[in-house]
Amino acid sequence: MKKHVVGYTVSFALLVVAAWFAISIGSVKVPLSVLWNPSSADAASANIIWKIRVPRVILAGLVGAALAMAGAAFQGLLKNPLADPYTLGVSSGASVGAVMTIFFGISSSALGLYTLPIFSMIGAMVAMVLVLGFSRLVDRSMKMETLILTGIIISAFLSSVISLMIALTGEELRQILNWLMGSVSMRGWPYIKMIWPFLLVGALMLWMNRKELNALLFGEERAHYLGVNVKRSKWMILVGGSILTGCAVAVSGTIGFVGLVVPHMTRLLFGADHRHLLPLSIINGATLLIVCDLVARTIIAPSELPIGVITSFIGAPVFAYIFFRQRRKGR
Amino acid sequence: MLEIHGLTGGYDKKEIVRDVSFSLQKGRMLGILGPNGSGKSTLLKMISGILPLTAGDILIDNKPRTSYKQKELARKMAVLPQLHAHAFSHTVAETVALGRYPHQSGLFSQWSAEDEAATTEAMTQTGVAKYRDEELEYLSGGEQQRTFIAQALAQQAELLLLDEPTNHLDLEHQRQIMDMLKHEVATRQLTVVSIFHDMNLAALYCDELLLLENGRVRAYGAPAEVLTEDEIAQVYHTAVARFAHPQLATPQMALLPNIEIAQNRVTLEQFRVENEFVHLKATKPLRTLSAALHNPGFGWFRHFLNRTVDAQYMCDDAHAEMKNYIKNHHLPIEQTVAMMTAVDVKHAVIRRYKEEDHEIFVMVTAGVGNAVDAARGHLHAEPQRVGTINLWVIINGVLSDESFMQAMMTTIEAKVKAMQDGEIYDTQTGTIATGTSTDSVLIASTQSGQNYEYAGTITDIGKLIGRGVYETMIIALDDYKRAKGWIQ
Repeated sequence: MKKHVVGYTVSFALLVVAAWFAISIGSVKVPLSVLWNPSSADAASANIIWKIRVPRVILAGLVGAALAMAGAAFQGLLKNPLADPYTLGVSSGASVGAVMTIFFGISSSALGLYTLPIFSMIGAMVAMVLVLGFSRLVDRSMKMETLILTGIIISAFLSSVISLMIALTGEELRQILNWLMGSVSMRGWPYIKMIWPFLLVGALMLWMNRKELNALLFGEERAHYLGVNVKRSKWMILVGGSILTGCAVAVSGTIGFVGLVVPHMTRLLFGADHRHLLPLSIINGATLLIVCDLVARTIIAPSELPIGVITSFIGAPVFAYIFFRQRRKGR
Repeated sequence: MLEIHGLTGGYDKKEIVRDVSFSLQKGRMLGILGPNGSGKSTLLKMISGILPLTAGDILIDNKPRTSYKQKELARKMAVLPQLHAHAFSHTVAETVALGRYPHQSGLFSQWSAEDEAATTEAMTQTGVAKYRDEELEYLSGGEQQRTFIAQALAQQAELLLLDEPTNHLDLEHQRQIMDMLKHEVATRQLTVVSIFHDMNLAALYCDELLLLENGRVRAYGAPAEVLTEDEIAQVYHTAVARFAHPQLATPQMALLPNIEIAQNRVTLEQFRVENEFVHLKATKPLRTLSAALHNPGFGWFRHFLNRTVDAQYMCDDAHAEMKNYIKNHHLPIEQTVAMMTAVDVKHAVIRRYKEEDHEIFVMVTAGVGNAVDAARGHLHAEPQRVGTINLWVIINGVLSDESFMQAMMTTIEAKVKAMQDGEIYDTQTGTIATGTSTDSVLIASTQSGQNYEYAGTITDIGKLIGRGVYETMIIALDDYKRAKGWIQ
């Protein structure tokens, strides 16, 4: 129990500190005092903070939290340390939706600003239905191996569609690549308002299965013997995780490594019990993405790097270390 | 508690288990035996609901298994599958705590004192409490297995299905886990169905056994009925010999390996009369049945001692003293049979008897100073005194257990006859004596060469034993009488 109290305290403190710095640091320095006492802020600072920085930080936090939680759940469900939110191919669906929007220059006056994320989410849902449907068709019991393989097949196919569009595109190339590498800049409050209900539903679906995830870690057979309704739990986890992933990708592009590394680090530090792993992954995922976004937009200011560059840059070595440790342990 | 009728099914369309029926009362333990691929695990998976049935019924507590809800079933029945590797690790305590899953309900269910008590008890019973905060993947196979047994116990189900629970466990933990299960069966009316690899272990602990062959029931009943030499030999295509457990009324099976048994023969030269003892040193162990002081009963031994002790020999612990004696003479303690006599071994008579292919050796030391008539032994009041007839019969041949007992009878009958014809009297009663109060007999055979199914008094080997023992006894008795000055 104590270990988890420490875990929550430390994780939450880090999140607060990260958010604090992310809000105050940027191309326009906002003195910390303004944050203490917003009324003393001049109109420009207040605008920067409430219209740009705060939504950006919140969006980064939401995306990071969603990816990390989905990653933790997928790793547990698939019993595979290499699984991440993108393993099932849902993200590829979201990417295809987004890239198609840019490639075909789709714009709808009714949807306006939301055109791209909505198409992206539709792509994610189509991919999810494809993966789950095909897995079920291949093998009614939907074994983990079947799911992973189906995810790989669908991902590979959708990636080729994206590659095709990239190859055929002209001036929109940079826009497509930027989107694919991921970013949370210039989204603002509307995006947050759009995705939070989905995120809440996805997170709830996973959280309701935290104990079932613990049991599933020992395999479906043992979970079944322990009284887990394996089929129902599996569907809820798959759909919940896919909703989280789809939403995150729709608003920010495919930001890599958060969903892979955060659950691993959390597990290493605070244990594999999903009752704590899921909430802790949420907090730490949010923190990591807020920090990465901060670095991405300040390191070569006034220009910005895509956030995916930073997460992979930090994530890859961390993952290499974890991978090394795991292999050594297995010996 | 559990009733299975005509169970048929398996993986996909392939039927592995066919028409299996059995029923088990509450508070009983059933062992499932069978060769690899006979459908043991498949049967267990069908009962536990992992694999579909194509026909048959499963009743748990008189209700069809399918009428139970998932969690309800898990409270009724706990299952221990075989051990597999896991990707991520829970601690031992977390793993055992998962056994409480079916007892918790609702989104915000709390960990109750009852949950805590059940997990703590399960961990104590399986001896994993000391690892409670260690991660499972760092534990040995046996420790992991015990953790999962604890998990199943924490479920507090009335029915336990176990797939080779003693797999990965060393001897101590096999016994500990099986003793614990047996105790739960006896005290809490737990009902256990368990697959076993080791039929001897199953025979020790199970009330009933079910022997499967090619997915069908080959035998079902008490261990004594199921574990027969013929049945096991046919099902496992392996020769076995059945023997009795030294303490419990349950059969045990010994593997009879398919290897050539080297020839073994005893010769007269292998007998040596040393200063204090007669020593037979065989080149290979002999199958032995004896009433010796050291290593009595059935066994396999290479060294045979008949040792002279002083007539006043008194020792609180003759067994320990004899062990020391053997050790001091640089003989292997566990490969030596030894007996004592007050007669000086220079009076030992050792003779070889041969008739066609039949060959035996007889060794006798006879001291009949305190001869007793067995029919009137009850008239003797005082405690045992020294005065011993020690008799060895060594046979070059193969003897069954039956012939060992018959050889023993023939030997003793011949000895009694020699006492009679030698006119040895029980001084107390004045009647003809049958032996002394501390006599010892030893029958040993090389178990190679000639086969002797019987060794009664008019079988080939029985005739040789009867004549050999009688003649050797007469010589030894005459020698004794001369030494005592009774005859010239």
